[in-house]
Amino acid sequence: MVEFDRSVLGVESAPITYDVEKGAIRKFAEAIGDDDPIYHDEKAAQAAGFKTLIAPPTFLCTFRAQDLPDLKIQFGRVRLNGGNEYEYYKPIYAGDTITVTAKYVDVTERTGRTGKMLFVITELTFKNQQGDVVAKGRNTGIMRE
Amino acid sequence: MAKQKVYYDDINVGDAIPTLVKKPTTRQLVKYAGASGDYYEIHYDHHFAVNAGLKDGVIVHGLLTAGWLAQMLTDWLPSPTALKKFGVSYRAMARPGDTISCKGTIVNKYEKDGEHLVDCEIYAENQRGEKCAVGTATAALPKR
Repeated sequence: MVEFDRSVLGVESAPITYDVEKGAIRKFAEAIGDDDPIYHDEKAAQAAGFKTLIAPPTFLCTFRAQDLPDLKIQFGRVRLNGGNEYEYYKPIYAGDTITVTAKYVDVTERTGRTGKMLFVITELTFKNQQGDVVAKGRNTGIMRE
Repeated sequence: MAKQKVYYDDINVGDAIPTLVKKPTTRQLVKYAGASGDYYEIHYDHHFAVNAGLKDGVIVHGLLTAGWLAQMLTDWLPSPTALKKFGVSYRAMARPGDTISCKGTIVNKYEKDGEHLVDCEIYAENQRGEKCAVGTATAALPKR
């Protein structure tokens, strides 16, 4: 088993708060190639029943958590994103402020076709300016040789 | 681009979600790096990617592929707020020049806590039929 600092599991990162800007929503939707006007045109968003531009589902990934304490993993040359899961509770609109915290919850080792791999699971919580949890996330990082 | 509204009553297990096709370019990866804040060089620096063990060079951000799968869902759903859960795991690498088809199927429909929910299996595959991302989503649909 690859060594790591177990005491880091469950330790929450310091919160960091982001302003949700219209331009950032537009640029994100444009980068995906999603031309749904609810992400680009405030009037169209309002016509669709939203108060202003709404954030697309994977916009959550732009709210990067503060650095977590080092797991001190002595393994792996390549770091890859293994997966992302989100649960949505409330919409995120332009003008909101989103505070994100993260914690490592698990580190597991597997030996696959390409050799030994380490899976690092991080959980994230996203709150808006009212303190409501708008979404939760779970990311799987993969480290391999 | 008015959407045809999807109702819970009309959805059956086994129904397909309309396919969304994407053709990523290196330009798109750079745009996504900027828009998402993911500046990991394996997505835009060929030599860095090769040195990191990706012998064919740069790869598409997993979360960009996830973004396309989410777009497939929100193109179909009445509103992005209908999406309750969304999760993907990444498999084969997607690369610039690929043709990525995002597909989904309804695998369950049920009522829970007053909501009318559908579970979907979703995946993104390249032009060789290799799955680049597989996942699941849960959405709440309006009833007629």
